[in-house]
Amino acid sequence: MSELLQFLFSGVTVGAVYALVALGFTIIYNASDVVNFAQGEFVMLGGMITWFAHEAGLPLPLAALIAILATACLGVAMNKLMIEPARGAPVVSLIIITIGASIFIQGAAQLVFDKQIHTFPAFSGDTPFRIGGATILPQSLWVTGGALVVFVGLWLFFTRTMLGRAVLATSNNRLAAQLVGINTGFVMTLSFALSAAIGALAGVLATPITLTAYSVGIGFALKGFAGAMLGGMGNPKGALVGGFAIGLIEALTAGYLSSQYKDAAAFVVILAVLFFLPQGLFGRKSTDRV
Amino acid sequence: MTPKLTPKLATLLVLAALIALTPFFFPSGYYYRVGALIFVNGIAVTGMVILIGYAGQISLGHAGFAGIGAYACALAPVHWGLHPALAVVLGAGISAVLAFLVGRPVLRLKGYYLGVATLGLGILVSMVLNNERELTGGPDGMEVPDLGLRDLLKDWGLNLSNGEFWYFFSGLCLLIGAWLALNLYNSPTGRALRALHGSEVAARTVGVDVARMKLQAFIISAVYASVSGSLLALQNKFITPDVAGFMHSIEMVTMAVLGGVGSVLGAIFGAGILTLLPQLLTVFADYEQMVLGIVMVLVMIFLREGLLPSLLKKFRGKDE
Repeated sequence: MSELLQFLFSGVTVGAVYALVALGFTIIYNASDVVNFAQGEFVMLGGMITWFAHEAGLPLPLAALIAILATACLGVAMNKLMIEPARGAPVVSLIIITIGASIFIQGAAQLVFDKQIHTFPAFSGDTPFRIGGATILPQSLWVTGGALVVFVGLWLFFTRTMLGRAVLATSNNRLAAQLVGINTGFVMTLSFALSAAIGALAGVLATPITLTAYSVGIGFALKGFAGAMLGGMGNPKGALVGGFAIGLIEALTAGYLSSQYKDAAAFVVILAVLFFLPQGLFGRKSTDRV
Repeated sequence: MTPKLTPKLATLLVLAALIALTPFFFPSGYYYRVGALIFVNGIAVTGMVILIGYAGQISLGHAGFAGIGAYACALAPVHWGLHPALAVVLGAGISAVLAFLVGRPVLRLKGYYLGVATLGLGILVSMVLNNERELTGGPDGMEVPDLGLRDLLKDWGLNLSNGEFWYFFSGLCLLIGAWLALNLYNSPTGRALRALHGSEVAARTVGVDVARMKLQAFIISAVYASVSGSLLALQNKFITPDVAGFMHSIEMVTMAVLGGVGSVLGAIFGAGILTLLPQLLTVFADYEQMVLGIVMVLVMIFLREGLLPSLLKKFRGKDE
């Protein structure tokens, strides 16, 4: 029993990171119909910049803030320089563009920082809590709490604020949104900034547990993408559930079946889910307009 | 009856001329190896043209099939005493069966959903290759036996160096692959594929079995990828699971789309560029990744149809 609990704890922790990445995917997808494969690089930058700034002598909270802001700026730049000029390009081209961006950011990161593995101290120490015979690190609570806070924040933003509704309107119908006076260009900028900031936050929260290096981005991107797809692309609730589900599946597979195949389990589940629900768990049924 | 210079014939002639003539300009024997790599990638990319260019479907996991082809050549000769040439066929067969089994459910999906499903497929294959250490040697890779064709040619009095042999042999295989793909283009199957690319609903209303056609394109492109993986393994005489990795899948798609996924020649051109680029960039080793990323982004933004078609258009002055 305590064993199961332990696996669940670690599953929820990783799942929270995936959920944050998946939420980042969702925001950009809603605003622009682009699946941004560079989402994982935002997580990497969050961790790496925080480490770098902390190493340079800044206090941890300030370093984390700088990392999140810098990554948000990068997200905006990416939108302006790569996504907007490619508006209307086919899905394959967009996939290649964002993967190109991801490779570029990785290359730049190993040049600006280095190729080593890094970490920084956990926020509230390393003394684990004991719950029902299992242990959980304080940092795990930070990560999980972070994911939930971001989700609730996004929910409030999208349902209660004018700006959030403008984003939703844009994702529903760009032209109609423009006609009622929504600045869709700004909505795009905002979405990329928000998504990049959430990715960086995930990196900041997770690094004390998962460690960071210039190359960690692609793994996060694939799992986050998988989580977002599992839940149904474009649905924030789906992204949250999908992300946590991937984390839990991974942890349970690692615990009970084989730690080598933990990454495989997530994709087997996805193939199975898409087999029965081609739009993911929470996706709307699509209808073709002829 | 005089043969007319159809686009198909023109493509094949250009390709054959390139393969036959470029060696005269090689400054050293090393370039035979680079050329052979381009041709091997070109084979996989020709398969992508059928899948993406003809049928309009995407796959982010075709390296999985390349992995199957490669490891068939590494494993079958050792365990079952199969001749490496037959192992290529075996690999292609296994890839085709796998593509057949997963293709039907997976190809019901569209766009990004199809992307993630094929991605998962590729990752599963690469994970098996990485983890079954007793069988595949894990991430360290394993040796691949010699094809033996070079020795056979030597007995017949044709003495080629290893680099030369693989250059011309892969070139020949690429030529055959391109010929088959070009034949497919104008066949009933090819027309059906292009019809469903344009509009699935329209294709269905004129009687195209959309699911079956997509499946055929998927299987054919899987076989291309598998043969490409096999040739890569035989040529290098060594193979690691990287051949099935996510990055290799992306490379295949990028080469095809970068060069111009609408045409076989364009896609092979893309394979050439992306294979050469890292060789040229070794001088700036630190910047290699950054340059590669930037090239991918810029070509996709400014030359949407891919390098070759866009350049040809400019050349002919038909640029709108």
